[in-house]
Amino acid sequence: MTEFLQQLINGLALGSILALIALGYTMVYGILRFINFAHGDIFMLGAFAGFYLAPKVATIFPMPSIGGGLAVMGISMAICAVIGIVIEKLAYRPLRRSPKLTVLITAIGVSLLIEYTCQNDHVFGAAPKSFPAIFPIHHITQLGGLSLNSNQIIVFAVTLILLLALRFIVLKTKIGMAMRALSFNPEAAALMGINTDVVISFTFGLGSALAAAAGILFAVNYPAIDPLMGILPGLKAFVAAVLGGIGNLPGAALGGIIIGVTETLVAGYISSTYRDAIAFGILILILLIKPSGLLGKKEIEKV
Amino acid sequence: MNIRHAKTFLLGALALCFFVSLFSNQINSYWLFIAYDIGINIILAVSLNLINGYTGQFSLGHAGFMAVGAYTAAVITNQFGELNPFLSIAVFLGALLAGGLLAALAGLLVGIPTLRLRGDYLAIVTLGFGEIIRVMFQNMQSVGGARGLSVMHGWTNFFWAFGFAAVTVYVVTALVHSTYGRGFIAVRDDEVAASAMGISTTRYKVTAFVVGAFFAGIAGGLYAHSKQFITPGGFGFMQSIAIVVMVILGGMGNTIGVIIAAILLTLLPEFLRPVAEYRMIIYSLLLIILMLTRPQGLFSLRKSPSK
Repeated sequence: MTEFLQQLINGLALGSILALIALGYTMVYGILRFINFAHGDIFMLGAFAGFYLAPKVATIFPMPSIGGGLAVMGISMAICAVIGIVIEKLAYRPLRRSPKLTVLITAIGVSLLIEYTCQNDHVFGAAPKSFPAIFPIHHITQLGGLSLNSNQIIVFAVTLILLLALRFIVLKTKIGMAMRALSFNPEAAALMGINTDVVISFTFGLGSALAAAAGILFAVNYPAIDPLMGILPGLKAFVAAVLGGIGNLPGAALGGIIIGVTETLVAGYISSTYRDAIAFGILILILLIKPSGLLGKKEIEKV
Repeated sequence: MNIRHAKTFLLGALALCFFVSLFSNQINSYWLFIAYDIGINIILAVSLNLINGYTGQFSLGHAGFMAVGAYTAAVITNQFGELNPFLSIAVFLGALLAGGLLAALAGLLVGIPTLRLRGDYLAIVTLGFGEIIRVMFQNMQSVGGARGLSVMHGWTNFFWAFGFAAVTVYVVTALVHSTYGRGFIAVRDDEVAASAMGISTTRYKVTAFVVGAFFAGIAGGLYAHSKQFITPGGFGFMQSIAIVVMVILGGMGNTIGVIIAAILLTLLPEFLRPVAEYRMIIYSLLLIILMLTRPQGLFSLRKSPSK
């Protein structure tokens, strides 16, 4: 029982990180109806931004500290938000009226470009780098033999705060209302005087910032980072978004948690070598049983 | 390519392959192996073109089917020791066909549940299936797991590589230009309209997947008997992407363009060796720039599809 609870905690931590990435996928899909394949790479860039920022921030803040860690995360989120907006502007905006396949292939191209540029020795290099400790680490092993470290608590706390902030932005602010309008009907939204380009840029920035936060949290918990680290979490987060019902924000968060927990339980109880296939197995099952996702609405294509 | 010339083409190409293969021991073995790669890549690209180009379904899992064919054929031929030439041809052909059939079965298994999906979803599910196949081979200790599998016989030669490439080109062309095959293009051009006209879109999509997977399996078998060593990692996502790039560069639904692209992209790395570390950066930039400026492919005269 203790072991099960332990696995559950580990799974929830992984799931929270996947949930943050999945939100970016689902927001972009909700508005533009395409999979931003490069999203997983933004997650990677977030972790690397943290890696290079940490020594600089350490000159201002004492380094393993809550304040310093949050500062690193904040700056990294801002950097990635800008990167996300730039990618959208250069690669996706010119294709706004192109067939979906063209945009999808471009997204794959952008993803490969980021991965291979970063693997170049003149950029980051392909070898894994060890991520510095930016948050103080305490181990808590009281709770009936359960071990919980402070990094996991930070993951839960940061995820919760970001989810609430996102909920506030989407539901209570003007730009959030514009985002919802756009995902409902882009043409009608444009006719109502919404500047769709600004809203789309904002969505990409928001999603990329969340991915960067996820990248930092991931690196804090699994401190070996490399330029390809974003591929699998990115794909799993996409599965999470589909599982929850793509375009649906609470669904993406729920999907992330479910995937994280299932994967950790399978790795712990069945075989750790199958863990990377689990997410895809879930994807195929959900598409067979309920293609619209757990919380999604069924859409019928109309002519 | 016109259907009436297809049979002539097939016979001519097979005869040419046979003729060239008689002189293959005159060719530098380095270039000979690159020639095998070209033949194998033509099979992969043309068969993927049936799925991605003619039927308009975006598959990102072609390397998975290739893996099924490669492992099946390798496991079968590894059961045999040294054989006389006639028997070895029979065993090799049987192994390749078995690999192709098993890959086709995998294509059917992938196809039936997923082809109700379209576009992005299909891309990601086929990618997922490709990864699942890779992870399965990684966990199969009987075929070496992640360490890979040695293939005893290097039976792939010029005739087999290009002979099967010619057969693939013939089958895909003949299929697409047949009365039945018009359905593939109908499904691509407008799925809703096609199904309103009474075309069973799911059946066409599954057929495209099964035929495409069959040839990918054959290509896998040829690949295994050319390299004589296969690992699950060699059939990953990147390999699938490499095939997709060939199809896109050549122009989706344009067999000749795809063949040219397969040849060029197999030769390109050989000439890019001095700048090998920038190869994939160049590839990805090529992909993006192509999509922004010429989404119909480099070698296509067709205007870009509008939607």
